[in-house]
Amino acid sequence: MYLDSDDEKVLAGEYGETRRKMMEILVALGKVFGAEKFVPITSAQVAGASYKTIGKWGLEWLRSLDARVAVPSVLNPIGMPRERWQEMGIPSDFAEKQHAVLDAYRRLGVKLECTCTPYYINRTSYGDHIAWSESSAVCYANSVIGARTNREGGPSALAAAIIGKTPYYGLHLWENRMPQVAFRVEADETLHASHYGAIGYLAGKEAGNRVPFFYGLRPNRDQLKALGAAMAASGAVALYHVEDITPDSRVLQERGIDISALETITITGDEIEAIFEERTVDAVAIGCPHCSEEELEEIAGLLKGKTVTKPLYIFAARGVAQAHPNLVGTIEMSGAKVWEDTCIVVSPGMDHFGSIMVNSGKAFAYVPNMCGAEAVLGSTEECIAAALGE
Amino acid sequence: MSITIQARGISAGIGTGAVLVSSEPISFLSGVNPDTGVVIESGHPLEGQSIAGKVLAFPYGKGSTVGSYVIYALMRNNMAPSAIINTEAEPIIAVGAILAEIPMVDRPDTPIGDLIDGVSASIDGSLGTIIINDE
Repeated sequence: MYLDSDDEKVLAGEYGETRRKMMEILVALGKVFGAEKFVPITSAQVAGASYKTIGKWGLEWLRSLDARVAVPSVLNPIGMPRERWQEMGIPSDFAEKQHAVLDAYRRLGVKLECTCTPYYINRTSYGDHIAWSESSAVCYANSVIGARTNREGGPSALAAAIIGKTPYYGLHLWENRMPQVAFRVEADETLHASHYGAIGYLAGKEAGNRVPFFYGLRPNRDQLKALGAAMAASGAVALYHVEDITPDSRVLQERGIDISALETITITGDEIEAIFEERTVDAVAIGCPHCSEEELEEIAGLLKGKTVTKPLYIFAARGVAQAHPNLVGTIEMSGAKVWEDTCIVVSPGMDHFGSIMVNSGKAFAYVPNMCGAEAVLGSTEECIAAALGE
Repeated sequence: MSITIQARGISAGIGTGAVLVSSEPISFLSGVNPDTGVVIESGHPLEGQSIAGKVLAFPYGKGSTVGSYVIYALMRNNMAPSAIINTEAEPIIAVGAILAEIPMVDRPDTPIGDLIDGVSASIDGSLGTIIINDE
């Protein structure tokens, strides 16, 4: 692997022990994955933010580090809203340790945005090389924005953030971004975002870790978010293409890449509808991945002047929620809660329900194992109606 | 007398200890007790054995990426292996070894199955060498 003279100095410890170790991690990963060189990155999203995941020793390790990140960096969702944790029923000893983890990252210069939607916080552009961690964020960045990232682990994303580079392998290379399996979706009705979650749930199981190419869909950005998040959860999809919609699909077309020979899987409207069921639930959760401004607007519109009869939790990035206090106010007037920093999947606050209704294919895939509850999938309208007891 | 086996350096530093070979991959998260260094995965060939202070040779890591922090925990508890040899490094073990400052090599010229338990070996993770100290 090629290192420039500055990289060699970092590796020799001339810029301190923490940077030396971070460079050693990146070089080791470069060897493991056969990278020939580094590529500079424009941003990082660091996993290993929840105390529940990294535990005492992960926290100790973070505290042992002495450096600052070189590029704008944010965190994955954590186990609680950092201010309103008591309201969510989080024990105080957990909250104390979670705050210690945040303090350790603050000291490293990481911006304390804990979100699976960093693209709403830091502007990310087509062709940017980045080092992101959370599976749905990686999928959105690669597919919808056309940035380039592998799915990083906690230490590797932090190492890339501190050094400002990542090994040049995997999805950073154009040749690894070719479609490997095609999907044709046969559904004539107008598809909404939860249908895209259901399509992603089905397609992810078939795709595994291959790069899917979809024919004939016309999703908007929120629908693309739902599609990719579900495929990353039910499969291990980190990049997908939608004909004429996603940016790389146009490049594939311009370069005359032939996809007609790919295995093509058909998903029927009946298969999609079969994922949805009508039944009563104990609670309703929306915001997996975290809500966009448009999604908060839609939810606020549906809740305005009404009162929920069941727990309704909405999850969003802190930056997005705080930029829209009126929407958050309207939603919370109904008795629903808007939680920042945390999410349906990682919050211990979600694990005391028997059944949870969600509008997300990703949450539908994870809720049974992560929250110990049955998951019911519905559209956003159906979710709100269930919470209102309508 | 000593024999030198060429390998590829992954984590820098020099570590010496008695060789302990596992024919199976190791998951550190839930497979190794971070307080005692004892392998606890049920049915694992090393189940019940301590990896503390050993030159631990195994094919590759498996399981959760949180395993990297378990390797760090072993070091902080003074129960870490003194060095690691993998047939093929993957991110969990490579990152864990670097966090914990455990010398590590992979792709040895001699298959790890040919290494003998109990013999003393020195690993140089910077040079990428395994020296078997044949008494």
